[in-house]
Amino acid sequence: MKLFKYLLITFFVINYNSLNAQDVNLENKITKNLRCLICQGQSIYDSDSEFANSLKLVVKKKLESGNSEEQIYDFLQEKYGEWILYDPKFNKNTYFLWLLPILMFIIGGAIIFKLFIIKKN
Amino acid sequence: MKTKIYPIFLIFVFSIIFFVFYKGLKNSNIYTPDVKSQINIPKFQAKDFENNKTVNSKDIFLNDKFYLLNIWASWCVPCREEHKFLMNLHKEKLIDIIGLNYKDNHLKAKKFLDDLKSPYKIILKDLDGTIAIEWGAYGVPETFLIHNKKIVKKIIGPLNENSILEIKEIIK
Repeated sequence: MKLFKYLLITFFVINYNSLNAQDVNLENKITKNLRCLICQGQSIYDSDSEFANSLKLVVKKKLESGNSEEQIYDFLQEKYGEWILYDPKFNKNTYFLWLLPILMFIIGGAIIFKLFIIKKN
Repeated sequence: MKTKIYPIFLIFVFSIIFFVFYKGLKNSNIYTPDVKSQINIPKFQAKDFENNKTVNSKDIFLNDKFYLLNIWASWCVPCREEHKFLMNLHKEKLIDIIGLNYKDNHLKAKKFLDDLKSPYKIILKDLDGTIAIEWGAYGVPETFLIHNKKIVKKIIGPLNENSILEIKEIIK
């Protein structure tokens, strides 16, 4: 019985730690995708400025209150604009940016297909 | 016909690339913050600087009235420079000025106000800087002109004669 108790406690401690680790991982992932607006070429995660430290706290608080990653990005985008995100969302300003590589890939593929495969046959 | 398609296609692709890069050349490589206005003010709770009581933002900012929210700190040198402009606005009784004391030591902030006098109707404390983020602020000093619970104008950096004139123009 005693052994069972210890096992149960160990199980909960391990799970609690891994839950916390997941939160920290998500927090780090989000702060790495946020641009420090008052620094030169640094993410919020990398920066130690007053602005970055406050923003890290805001992200942490929002995650603790149950906000999702997307909700946090939306909130910060509303406050600071698209520039705060390193990974810009798909919208009318960025569709060219997202579609160009796919377009190039398709056109390139078509050229290769036409030049080599059809010619060979 | 077949031989004509490739040169035309190449010219087309290079024209697009040239256009994108040429447009990019004209963009400034110095980041200027996006001064978004007409967004709703955030809802928050903060401690009163004087009595440490919790204050709700909805009790401070009422409809149909202009407010000026000024983010300041005693350690911020430009805040000292802009203080005279805030004092003038306060003396002219044109607008209620709300202070947000950003990441500051209470005693030092009190000394700052004792030395320079307070233009603020109420001062709120932002010990960890999270309230400033809710406002979309970049740092100190920063000032927001509020009307009907919306941010009408945002001034990043210290206030000067021009920004005061602009504020007066909007609120008159």
